[in-house]
Amino acid sequence: MAEGKPLEQFQDEIAQCVRCGACQAHCPVYLETGREGSVARGKIVLAAAVLAGEAGLDERLHEEIGLCLLCGSCVAKCPNKVPTDAIVAALRRRIVEEQGLSPLGKGVAALTGSKPLLASLVKGADLLAPVLFKKIPATSGLRLRFAPTALKGRSLPPLPERTLFARVPEFLEGDPARPTVGIFAGCALTYLYPQVGEILVRLPHRLGCSVYLPRTQGCCGMPALSSGNGPLVHTLAAANNKAFADRDLDCILTACASCRGMLAGYAAETGRPLPAQLVDIHVFLHQQGMAAQLAALPKWPQRLTVTYHDPCHLRTAGITREPRELLRALPQADFVEMEDAGLCCGLGGTFTAAHPELSRAIGDRKLAGLTASGATVIASACPGCILQLQDIIDRAGLPVRAVHTLELLQQALTESEP
Amino acid sequence: MPMPAEHILHRLADIVGPEHVSVATVDRITHSFDATQRQCLPDVVVHPGDTGEISRIVRLANEERIPILPRGAGSGFTGGSLPVRGGIVLVLTRMNRILEIDTDNLIAVVEPGVVTGRLQREVERLGLFYPPDPASKDFSTLGGNIAECAGGPRCVKYGVTRDYVLGLTVVTPTGNVIRTGGRTMKNVVGYDLTRLFVGSEGTLGIVTQIILRLLPKPEARKTMLVAFAAIDGAAQAVSAIIRGRIIPATLEFMDGAAIDCVRRATDLDLPPDCRAVLIIEVDGDRALLDGQARKILDIIRPLGVLETRVAETAGESEAIWQVRRSVSPSLRALNPHKFNEDIVVPRSRVPEMIRALEALSTRYGVPIVNFGHAGDGNIHVNVMVDLNQPGMDATVHQVLDEIFRTVVGLGGSVSGEHGIGTAKAPYIGMELDPPTLAAMRAVKQALDPNNIMNPGKIFPENGTTAAAGEADPAADPSASDHG
Repeated sequence: MAEGKPLEQFQDEIAQCVRCGACQAHCPVYLETGREGSVARGKIVLAAAVLAGEAGLDERLHEEIGLCLLCGSCVAKCPNKVPTDAIVAALRRRIVEEQGLSPLGKGVAALTGSKPLLASLVKGADLLAPVLFKKIPATSGLRLRFAPTALKGRSLPPLPERTLFARVPEFLEGDPARPTVGIFAGCALTYLYPQVGEILVRLPHRLGCSVYLPRTQGCCGMPALSSGNGPLVHTLAAANNKAFADRDLDCILTACASCRGMLAGYAAETGRPLPAQLVDIHVFLHQQGMAAQLAALPKWPQRLTVTYHDPCHLRTAGITREPRELLRALPQADFVEMEDAGLCCGLGGTFTAAHPELSRAIGDRKLAGLTASGATVIASACPGCILQLQDIIDRAGLPVRAVHTLELLQQALTESEP
Repeated sequence: MPMPAEHILHRLADIVGPEHVSVATVDRITHSFDATQRQCLPDVVVHPGDTGEISRIVRLANEERIPILPRGAGSGFTGGSLPVRGGIVLVLTRMNRILEIDTDNLIAVVEPGVVTGRLQREVERLGLFYPPDPASKDFSTLGGNIAECAGGPRCVKYGVTRDYVLGLTVVTPTGNVIRTGGRTMKNVVGYDLTRLFVGSEGTLGIVTQIILRLLPKPEARKTMLVAFAAIDGAAQAVSAIIRGRIIPATLEFMDGAAIDCVRRATDLDLPPDCRAVLIIEVDGDRALLDGQARKILDIIRPLGVLETRVAETAGESEAIWQVRRSVSPSLRALNPHKFNEDIVVPRSRVPEMIRALEALSTRYGVPIVNFGHAGDGNIHVNVMVDLNQPGMDATVHQVLDEIFRTVVGLGGSVSGEHGIGTAKAPYIGMELDPPTLAAMRAVKQALDPNNIMNPGKIFPENGTTAAAGEADPAADPSASDHG
């Protein structure tokens, strides 16, 4: 089995970088560190140096190649569209091939690559703690955030007793004239925020769709990609393809921007595209006329002020309009735009575990715009962003709640005005 | 690889803290290049935090005769931040504070690592305006803009970086801290050293604090795109508008080759016989803009205009600018190697210059794509070639040589806004006569007796054959050497 395109095959892409420096304006990590090694251009020059034998895979190289959120902002804004995220992933694979997985990478592999372990993750506290603990200093807030004993703390969702799979059936029959949709829930919406996962399943069903949530789906593979584990990415891609292959689906829906980004990359990364078209839930609901349906509801007299944070993996895929139009149509909320809505939250999957302080500093850049917006609720379309945003907000002591857009849609459709 | 002596590294670490000094290969590689795509390894990379630290570092470098140079975003096009003789690269990105925005006196005081676009956003929040707008403004730093005297599209109305610098704090090559100019518009005390340092390409000292002049922000702007049947009409239109006593904020042009490139890369919606485009923007009081726009369109109508588009919304204005921005990225489809020159001629000579460029393109059989700031005569000339073709290297240099001779013959300059650096050093003698060059060298010698401050820039080296423009690193096998 192929294990991801090797670094050698990125020569042409590396040569496409003209070193103009435009990526500096868009890299969340560079904006914080101001160091050339943090930004796409620096990493591409290092990739070229590795290929030319001018730089070894030493400790400093590990550090610089580790300083990437794989958010894709640089790729989206690059005049020549150099795929730095793919180049960084290839460099990380090269490091793993030559030197083995890092302790963090081993944690990711143990967790996301093992069926029995995945199955035992019903107690969500186990989901993140063992992976993240190893690298987090004792003083870090993340340690508190992910410690099993503290998971009921303010910054976290109350830990669910039942996973998504225990909440909804595998198949919900709908109107035969309406589409049949598959649901890729992802780890966070299955174990950590199953109530949001449940909305992801039930909303399309409410619209008449038949909904299929195969139990055999696993992790999307983003943490494995991020830690340079090429073989595991392939195993997971194969498993997920198989999970959705046995039913004729009109599309596969996601409500996690990062999962969506990873699944969309299956074709390029592993040569195994998903068996049906991948559609973000916001885009799907928008296509189904949900905005008009919401706008027709009577406005609540007491309304929330809500703003929106663009997850990098939706923004760089050009999905920015649909979530906003759904939020604007809500009867229980007034939508306000915040400054720097598109700035990265800084979580970056395993990035936050490896670089907790930098992750937090990147996230804190959201605070000024959020405060100025006057919003009391910040909605987003990615559970990772929501987790990080609530942490940033709580540390700053702001009276703001971070929620998934779907939770507000559900509220509008099921609750009557107070 | 000559490693700096241990005692020097210790002293550097004492000055800035060990976490801000690195001799690691990775750091040397990531500070070895700029947008010219040449590479030269420095020996040490230092991230200083303030003027005092820089003064002590430069004093040390001067005592030990170690080459030293400042670096901002490293986005220059002529090699200004390349450590061609190794030594110390001083990265100024930590010094990125906006220290003051004085709304009474319309000045801003900033550190050199502030990104230009960030200052613009901050002052615009207060209804003020910092006009210089190089294409790199979202990532290049004010320190770098001052070192190169950056320009930009708005220069036609508002001037260039030098027109907004009131005062500087500079660490000279012997480590002294000097202050030039001040916080007032008027100041004639002593020599105008401020202007000497602006555009000095980091060869005379390191700017550590900057006092900038601001303007009130124009109330509104209006953007127009005008399609012409021929480049002559567009070029004549530029002069006609100025003769009509209107100075637009920007007056950008694209020639037929540039339009072809954009057509290939995007679904550009322009008349099929369009061979030149002007993008004109006027700014000022909202009430006056419609009249100005009408007057401009009246003036240029007889000059072969195929179509005019006036943006009514911010979105339409953005769509027009997107056409201009899509030129650069689309060029590489023509040929892999780009030689990007930023020549400037008096604006009345633009038509002659364009005709000469077209003739050269035909004569040598190489595509030359031209676009840029027609309003101030600053043309971005892009000679697109494939250096893998036998003999192409020599051909390109012949073409560039002829371009520069033509420019100087028309009373222009070989560089409008990118600087000389290493890339254009071989051509400086075409424009500056020996006494003028000697005067410049005398200034350099007086301030930097040991030639430690960004050596190897501006002045041609003996027997140099450095390539002009943005050359492929493979074309210059000596490029990754240093010494």
